[in-house]
Amino acid sequence: MDKSYLSAENVSYAYPAREDEESFEVLHGVDLGIKKGEFVALLGHNGSGKSTLAKHFNALLLPAGGKVYVDGLDTMDESLKLEIRRRVGLVLQNPDNQLVASVVEEDVAFGPENLGVPPPEIRRRVDDALRAVGMYDYRLNAPYKLSGGQKQRVAIAGIIAMQPDCIVLDEPTAMLDPRGRTEVLDTIHSLNRGKGITIVLITHYMDEAVGADRVVVMDDGRILTQGTPREVFSQVRLLKAHQLDVPQATELVWRLRREGFDLPECALDTAECVAALEKLLPRPQKI
Amino acid sequence: MFVLETKDLTYVYGAGTPFHKTAVNRVSVGIERGEFLGIIGHTGSGKSTFIQTLNGLLRPTSGTVLLNGKDIWAEPKKIRSVRFRVGMVFQYPEHQLFEETVLKDICFGPGNMGLSAAQAEERARRAAKFVGLDNELLGKSPFELSGGQKRRAAIAGVIAMDPDVLVLDEPTAGLDPQGRDMLLEQISAYHRARGSTVILVSHSMEDIARFADRVLVMNEGRAVMLDKTKNVFARGRELEAMGLRVPQITSILLTLREKGYPVRPVLTVDEAVEELRPLLRKGGAHHAQ
Repeated sequence: MDKSYLSAENVSYAYPAREDEESFEVLHGVDLGIKKGEFVALLGHNGSGKSTLAKHFNALLLPAGGKVYVDGLDTMDESLKLEIRRRVGLVLQNPDNQLVASVVEEDVAFGPENLGVPPPEIRRRVDDALRAVGMYDYRLNAPYKLSGGQKQRVAIAGIIAMQPDCIVLDEPTAMLDPRGRTEVLDTIHSLNRGKGITIVLITHYMDEAVGADRVVVMDDGRILTQGTPREVFSQVRLLKAHQLDVPQATELVWRLRREGFDLPECALDTAECVAALEKLLPRPQKI
Repeated sequence: MFVLETKDLTYVYGAGTPFHKTAVNRVSVGIERGEFLGIIGHTGSGKSTFIQTLNGLLRPTSGTVLLNGKDIWAEPKKIRSVRFRVGMVFQYPEHQLFEETVLKDICFGPGNMGLSAAQAEERARRAAKFVGLDNELLGKSPFELSGGQKRRAAIAGVIAMDPDVLVLDEPTAGLDPQGRDMLLEQISAYHRARGSTVILVSHSMEDIARFADRVLVMNEGRAVMLDKTKNVFARGRELEAMGLRVPQITSILLTLREKGYPVRPVLTVDEAVEELRPLLRKGGAHHAQ
């Protein structure tokens, strides 16, 4: 794990005890390394520990046991906290909770201002960030008038303006409609490809995970399985046993294969599924 | 007779100002008694505005809303009674819990209807059962519940009013797949048991596909489709042009159909397996494993 940009080593975490309840351990010795520039999707039920783990990557939470390193910096070291947060930005589910200013560009400038960036440099960073998420034309708009997908892109721009190496997104599309989901996902992918920003995407949507370099499935505070999307989604039986979904394309091919049809082990999306089926279906009569 | 019917329903925000925007534009639709109707449309399509006119939260700029054949605005003073008969569950309804105990919170609606405390409590307990809230939770503070439980308590508060029509705006937003399935199964069981009309607004085409008898599609303020779920999703390419999408499984079979394979539109993986099996056998693709 020495070459990992983000690394969790045997991390355990328990939410502190409340009055009449015992403390509740949600991570049980998790090991995970994420390389610079990698796009990792974190899947799992609510309560599986995926959000808790993700919050360790910008020192929002500190491990009760084990260690978390960001670019080699130990998150337990209080004096490194700002350095770590400068490197890893966090985007949350509800865009309305993340926008603070009454004008889009002011909102994006909030982060770099706090970092003490000189004003001409802020201007440049804000413009770049808004262009990167396709919201430059809206720079003078009021955030509350934007759609959910647009707000979420402004929230992402606010992170970009701080020039992080890595962005952790905790279900950024959960509150968006299909169009907003596509906008945000396209933005995340282009930041990953174009700027080489490391992405940790927490999601419930299997079709969002399919586009990642690596999928990590959490269950009950542990890593259940991980690998390329194809490696992970080929394990339909395992995922189903843990009440996790697979993409419908994957499930269809898996079920027909189980009935004895000569189909591949895994199809990740519509195109792959259609191609696999076409090989076996009797040729259609062309009209 | 329709349980709810709209005639030329139009709603304009900021009428008479430079910012006026027609959110709902001459919508005339009939909602059948006892049906499970899905409403889809991207953000800004007018669907949220539309449902808020159904129980009189918004008064139409023009046109009418008929509940059991009667114009709900015929006597504006009685609009409150319409809100008991058309129960509305908003997005993130758990933000509206406020009472000391879960039971009191669920009793709030029926209590407002003028039922006695005992009657209201009986209704509340029944409603709690429908949404799968255990008895022991009813004495707790709503703030002690988990997110999913809070959501259920809020829905129970509307069900407890025993509305003729239950309208749910994105009831599963933010829940994980397991929580989503459980909640929708419970709503569906409630729908079957009570025979009441359910209107579900959702971005999840998979959920609509599984539960809705019919689907209303809204686009730019207009009702552009109202038909059986299968027929609506068979027009997948038109939906995509509106910024919507169909379930992946529907899209797979639509693609095969466009390539000339004789398959019918489907809504679920089960249906797709049934549809493809005979064709694959014909292709001689079967092999012993």
